[in-house]
Amino acid sequence: MSKMWLITRREYLSRVRRKTFLLSTFLLPVVFILFIAGAVLIQLKTKSHHEVAVVDANGFFKDYLKSDSTISFVFSPDIDTTNYATKGCSAVLIIPKIAAGGKTECRLKYKKSLGIEQTSALEDHVHQAVTDHMIYEQTSVSRAKLDSIRSQADITDVRSFEDIGPTAKASSQTSAYAIGYVSGILIYLLTFVYGAAVMRGVMEEKTNRIAEVMVSSVRPFELMWGKITGIGAVGLTQFLLWVILLGAIGAVAQAVVPHEALNNIPQTGPGGMAAASAAAKAGSSGFDLSKFIINTNMGLVLFCFLFYFIGGYLFYSALFAAVGSAVNEDPQEAQSLMLPITLPVVFSFVIMTAVVQDPTGPLATWASIIPFSSPIVMMARIPSGVPGAVPYWQLGLSMLLLVLGFLGTTWLAGKIYRVGILMYGKKPTWKIMWKWAFRSN
Amino acid sequence: MTILEVTDLEKHFATQIAVNKVSFQLEEGSIFGLLGPNGAGKTTLIRMITGIFFPDNGNIRFQGRPFDPMQDIIRIGYMPEERGMYKKMKIGEQALYLARLKGLDSQQAYAKVKEWFIKFEMQSWWNKKVEDLSKGMQQKLQFVVTVLHEPKLIILDEPFSGLDPVNSNLIKDEIYGLARKGSSIIFSTHRMEQVEEICDHIILMNKGEKILDGSVGGVKQQFKENLFAVGVEEPASDGTSEAEANGWAPEAAGFEVVGRRGGQWVVKIRHGYRPNDVLRYFIDQGRSIVSFTEILPSLSDIFIRLVEGTPLARQFQPVNLER
Repeated sequence: MSKMWLITRREYLSRVRRKTFLLSTFLLPVVFILFIAGAVLIQLKTKSHHEVAVVDANGFFKDYLKSDSTISFVFSPDIDTTNYATKGCSAVLIIPKIAAGGKTECRLKYKKSLGIEQTSALEDHVHQAVTDHMIYEQTSVSRAKLDSIRSQADITDVRSFEDIGPTAKASSQTSAYAIGYVSGILIYLLTFVYGAAVMRGVMEEKTNRIAEVMVSSVRPFELMWGKITGIGAVGLTQFLLWVILLGAIGAVAQAVVPHEALNNIPQTGPGGMAAASAAAKAGSSGFDLSKFIINTNMGLVLFCFLFYFIGGYLFYSALFAAVGSAVNEDPQEAQSLMLPITLPVVFSFVIMTAVVQDPTGPLATWASIIPFSSPIVMMARIPSGVPGAVPYWQLGLSMLLLVLGFLGTTWLAGKIYRVGILMYGKKPTWKIMWKWAFRSN
Repeated sequence: MTILEVTDLEKHFATQIAVNKVSFQLEEGSIFGLLGPNGAGKTTLIRMITGIFFPDNGNIRFQGRPFDPMQDIIRIGYMPEERGMYKKMKIGEQALYLARLKGLDSQQAYAKVKEWFIKFEMQSWWNKKVEDLSKGMQQKLQFVVTVLHEPKLIILDEPFSGLDPVNSNLIKDEIYGLARKGSSIIFSTHRMEQVEEICDHIILMNKGEKILDGSVGGVKQQFKENLFAVGVEEPASDGTSEAEANGWAPEAAGFEVVGRRGGQWVVKIRHGYRPNDVLRYFIDQGRSIVSFTEILPSLSDIFIRLVEGTPLARQFQPVNLER
């Protein structure tokens, strides 16, 4: 058995046997699910209902303004701008006499903002009321008639198909978006979590003073590579367990949670909620997803995910190993040296959030080919279709460059590592580490 | 048979020469002392011999062939000065792991670890973690994992640091035992009394260069200063200095009196005279001689003299004479 295999095995077993591994593997999906469920619940519960008092100088709005589930309009002669709050209304809308050919300014007064979504809905309602009223005045078609036409007219639906030659296949933007988003986030998180684990592992060898004992038995490169592969295998194991667990929990959740509730999640959420809503969307669009699974090459998506996860991990963990070898016991030292590594990862994440919206733009193309960002960004594009959104040449080039990239970073890191693990004392700068890498030893 | 032959070995770091044209030979079964102050280049030299560093110049021959780190590394056991273990790993597992990295298969590794654990009475530690061991116990474990694959060449850097006298002796006996079985041992240390006791042959390094090479006895002969201690029977005194009490001090052309040590006269024989001249003088003076010994410099004295460039006599006379 080769020495590297022995090292890989030790790194793997020593981590998998730890209690923290079991805890994080089994608790994290539960926490993740609870987080999503909590976010969904909060969004459902906090969707508020507003009563808006209307002071109308025209007289026709009473018949044309339509209330809905979130806004009801109240027409009462004894409510005005002074007492709307005490009468239980959230706001008061003042509509002056409307004259054709100019803009009439309606005013909404409130003590507490209705929020951007509600305000814009209210604007739509007012506009619709004016439109309906004008239609009646000019064509004598009543509002009731208009409503009936509208409900009758709701008989078309647009489905998207990806044009791939003679056979077009149905595609789902929402599912592509959700899968792209979730894959991107996962690769981003896993790169950090396991990259940092490699760094800590290397630092552990230094602080335990075992590095020199080890390199008198094995080559430094074998030691570094064994560590990277061992921890990578831990990552894959953990990931597979998560997939199984999440699948099980998801099946249970789909049976228990009403589908209606899941569908009410808004399409975009602010900041950190984006992940939750994207994931929830993936779950909510149950029919979409199953259609997607049938129609999209799930095998390809899965293969690409594993490829980019492993490639991205190898690319970055080698750099993390180099940093770990260079610093001493003090984690603070590692922090400053880590910055040049973490920045591209964070940038990739930011780019990814833009790319899921526009998977074919130039930013998407370039960022998914350059190996610094390709693991995270490419996964946001692939669910949109290969070779539709991602031509074969782009996928091939991206994969090739990622392989060359991790060979490059591993080579570079190996040179830094072999010097770094035997160095104690002052913290090196990147300049010194660069010298280590390019000095012949 | 020569097991290790190092010729003109050189290693440069950015601005300095860590090892400059160092050559030496190591015979099979011998115990070899590698001495030198901090920063002399000992660790760099050892790292080249263990294949951790590539030399910039010069060559290393191991067992008569050019040294090949990939193959020969399993025939070398190295206990570095910066040493340690995986703290969270169980001791038995760790010893097995390190043994297997040295090329033993799992059965051999198990047999060897077991054998050494029994020898050092460590069986009960098998499932303990390294962090639960005392420093002395860790040192014993470290020694065991260094030698359990029966290396032909064993390199020990400060092997006794942190050990109490009982465990020091235990390790020392094992070192002798391994040398008797044919292993060669390079022993790097600052502790001169241990070198004198254990080593057959030494080299002394300073500022990257070898400044001394020879057998322990030979080196001492080389640096001796013709000092002799003469013990003579004298009448009991009233407690003051015996010399003053007797009002007598030896004086002759053939030697000068350097001082007294433990009731003996310490004399330095002048150039052109021999020890017999000293003896003859004392006999002629009617003194009965009870002892006559040559005082050889200790390695520590030689070390300090060579490293600091100070004359030997000034370094050790006060120490030896006022004892």
